[in-house]
Formats: sequence, structure tokens, C-alpha cells
Amino acid sequence: MKNIWVVFKREVQAYFLTPLAYVFIFIFLILAMSLCFVFGRFLEGEDASLDYAFFQFHPWLFMVLGPAIGMRLWSEENREGTIELLLTMPISTWQAIIGKFLAACVVLVAALAMTFPVVLTVNYLGDPDAGKIFSGYLGSFLVGCATIALTCLVSAFTRSQVICLIVSVVACFFLVLIGSPQLLEFLRNIPAAGLLETVRLAALEIADGFSLMSHGGRLFGGVLRLDTAVFFAAFITFCLYATSAVIRSKRA
Amino acid sequence: MIEVICLTKQFGPKTAVDNISFSVARGEVLGFLGPNGAGKSTTMRMITGFIPPTRGTVTVGGDDIQTAPLRAKARIGYLPENAPLYSDMTVASFLRFAAELRGITGAAQKAAVDKAIETCFLEKVATQSLDTLSKGFRHRTCLAQSIVHDPEVLILDEPTDGLDPNQKQEVRNLIRRLGATKTVIFSTHILEEVEAVCSRAIIIDQGKVVADGSPDQLKRRASRAGAVKVRLRGLAGSGVLAELEKLPHVQRVESLESGISHFVGRVFPTKMAGDGTLAGEIYQFAVGRQLQLQELTVDEGRLDEMFREITAQVRS
Repeated sequence: MKNIWVVFKREVQAYFLTPLAYVFIFIFLILAMSLCFVFGRFLEGEDASLDYAFFQFHPWLFMVLGPAIGMRLWSEENREGTIELLLTMPISTWQAIIGKFLAACVVLVAALAMTFPVVLTVNYLGDPDAGKIFSGYLGSFLVGCATIALTCLVSAFTRSQVICLIVSVVACFFLVLIGSPQLLEFLRNIPAAGLLETVRLAALEIADGFSLMSHGGRLFGGVLRLDTAVFFAAFITFCLYATSAVIRSKRA
Repeated sequence: MIEVICLTKQFGPKTAVDNISFSVARGEVLGFLGPNGAGKSTTMRMITGFIPPTRGTVTVGGDDIQTAPLRAKARIGYLPENAPLYSDMTVASFLRFAAELRGITGAAQKAAVDKAIETCFLEKVATQSLDTLSKGFRHRTCLAQSIVHDPEVLILDEPTDGLDPNQKQEVRNLIRRLGATKTVIFSTHILEEVEAVCSRAIIIDQGKVVADGSPDQLKRRASRAGAVKVRLRGLAGSGVLAELEKLPHVQRVESLESGISHFVGRVFPTKMAGDGTLAGEIYQFAVGRQLQLQELTVDEGRLDEMFREITAQVRS
């Protein structure tokens, strides 16, 4: 626990003592707000909620911004050789992984926290459901954490942050896309029978079950379900565990 | 303190380290020598637990680096090759981070960091960011990191690489001082460093230990070690060579220079000859023949010569 804290502290410093975290937060805020007011038609919609106008865009943002925060986690250690220092310290690999992951999540939390004016605005203009806003933030946070965890895994493979960024963005794009309403709608409407029908239903289940968009979307809509919690916990745990396996096998 | 038993590392089909065994006791400074790519760094990485061996075991202070890694690693201070650092930190914050990972906190941490800074001559740059520092300072910062927790074992991979001659000397003095109470393994290409610092040296080539001994013992393995260089005056050329070769403890004589009235040559002893036997014989010979003995030097052998001979043997 103490070792996780030490690694976590250093990584948080690395984010906040360099422009990294601020650039990330700034870009996130600009994009989140412009999407909310322009494409989400937040004001024209005259709906005292944030799910459609605001949270709905977050998976698309985190698909790029999650990899942008997470790409340095291990690729920089690989490139600078500091991984040799870190892993010859009396700490275990998983402590280092968790410390780093949590530090990246702190940047995410900071970015989400800075969107508070939109919460004030919606409360000023109408009477929104506070529980739904909370669950929307939770959903957004978990989607962001999942993209960071996936990026953490990709970054363990490479010493190049650029490669890590590109691969992670593509992977996250895929995970967001398969659950997008348009694609699910398309799958639902394919006319099929017999075996093809089984395949179609399986594809629908997989797309819905593995997508960050569908699980996030449920939380944005205020629906707290056990399978959503299990999905995010399992996804993040799998990515972090796989990270440790990659780090170990790269040295063997 | 360190026991390395039958250590082997294979990267795919390539064997980087091949069945190496040795042990190092407290108070020993062990120099690791070998050509580039001989397996020095790989061996050190296995000792520090960075990479797992394919076969064999390493124990540090009784703890196996594979089965009790945290206890073993806590005893070790490690300077990796090329001295990697977190460039976004300052010297002091980096050392505090290293100390904290080693479990040193509070007032003890401040004392430990201050001491490491002082020992490695980093006072002037302590508050500077690491990416603004020159290579020498970066190297010493990484060295400071390895001694911040006052470890029992120091593993230093090319500690003097990239330093200027003064800094090299400082680091050598530091290693010698630390070596009195700790167990030190360091690798180097510089042979004079081995003579200056090590109590023992191991030469690795192509993954194998090809020589192991004190620098003096190793020097004696050079082919010229024990040979006597002699300069005689007063008698003409070729006859002297033949007469010298007839002396009981002479194996062969190499003529370096010979003129009408002088002879310079190198006389190699037989295996039976003890220390000084040959020199004595040559002196007696010169006196008996009424020659003027102008020079009589016993070659102590040189490390670089021994190094070349041994590593060339392995290759052929």
C-alpha cells in the first residue's frame, strides 16, 4: 500500500508539475463544452438534464484523450530505461502499475471536476435529477478509466509514445463504436433467420456487452446495474493484469 | 553476501550468460571485465532481479532474488547502465523518491538524501531539474540514488562511464571507500580502474567466466609476466643468446636488439622457476662472463595484455 502511494505521488507530480495535465484538462474542457453547447444543443433542447447534451459525448472524447494521458505510463519508462530503476526497487510490479494507473485517473478526475459550471448552469436553468447527474459523472469517469487502463496495457508493449497513442486510440475507438446507437440499430434491423439469426443476436450481445458506449450510456441515463459495475471492474482489472504480464514477459 | 550459482540467460537461441557461478563476500570489490556484449550487464540485471534467469539462482544476503525478491532487493543499491533518471524531477526530489521507495521517511529521509548529495558532490545542483544537467551530474545523481539507503550490496554498471578524468577519480575513491564495509560489484572497460579499485576481478567473455582472481594474480597470467628484460654490454651478439638459453630456468630468449658489443633481450622462465630465480641466474651469468649488466627488469605482467590474450583465446 505504501509503495503504491509513493509511485502514485511521483506520477501525479509528473502530470501536474509539467504542462501535461493542464493541457489535457484545457483541451477536454474546450471540447466537452463546445460539443455540449453546439452539437448537444444544450440550451435549445430545454431539457434539465446532462445525459444527452453532455455525457453522451464523453466516450468519444476519452477515446482520444484517455490514450493521451495514459500513453506515457510505461512507454516512457521503457524509452528512458527508468523501468530498470523502478523494478529493481523493493516493490512489486503490480504496485507500480496500480500507482501509475491511479495517478492518471487523478488527471481525469480533475478534468471532470472542472466541468462543474455546467452542473451549476443546469441547476440554475431548471430542476435536474441530481442522482442522474452523479451517475452520469460516474459513468464518464469509468469510461475514462477504462480507456486509460487499456492505454496502460498498450504502453507496456512499446517504447514509443506515438505508437502507443495510435494503437490505443484505434482500440478505444473500436470499443466505443461497437456500442454506438447507430451500429446497434443496424444490427437489430438486419433481416435474418435460422443460424444467421443466432449469429446476429450473438453479435448484438457482444457489441453491447463489450462496448464502453453502452455501459457508459446506461450510467449517463441514470441506470445503475450490476453488470455495468462488473464490466468496468473486469475490464480495468484485466488490462492492468495483462500489463504486468507484458512487463514480465518483456524482461524474460 | 552474493552467491551466483550456475546462472544462465538465453534470449531466444542466443545464450547471453552461460552457466556462471561465483560468490562475493562482504568487503570485497569485484570488478567485472569483458568485451562489449560479453554478458556483463545481463549478469548484473539478473543479480538485481530486473530480468529472471533462464536457469540458476542468485542469493543476496541469503535471500533468493527470485523467491524473496523484496527482501533481496532491499539490500541492493543498483546503478543501471546509462544511468536512467526521471527527467521531470529535480535532483533532490528524485533522491527523496528513491529513499521513500526504500522505506526511508521523515527526518531519516532528509538525512539520507543530504548525505547522498554530499557523497556524490551534488550540492550545487540539488534543486535543478534533471533534464538540465550534464551527463556527469546525471550519472552521479543515479549513483547517489544507489547509495541513498546505505545498502549492504552495491551493483554498479559502468559507474565511471561518461565522466571526466577528475570525476572518474572521485567515483573510484568513492567505490574504494564504500568497498571497505560493503559488497561491491562493478563493471568497467577501463583496466587501470580494476587495478586501482578492485580486490578481485572476473573476466567474462561470451557469457562465460574466463578468469577470476585478484588483479595481481590476473596480471601474472599474462604471457610476459615473469619474463626478464636484460641489457648486456661488453660482448658481441649471437653467442650470448644461445648461452642464455642454456641456463637451467630459461625457456626461451627473445632478442629485441643486438649489436656488436651489446644485447637486449627478453628471457622467459620455465614453469619451474620461482620468483627471482631467473633474474639471479642471469646476474650470475653476467658476472661469470664479465659482462656489464645494464638492465635487469622482471615484467609484472599487464592486465590489458592478459585481457587480450584471454579473450582472444575464447574466440579462436
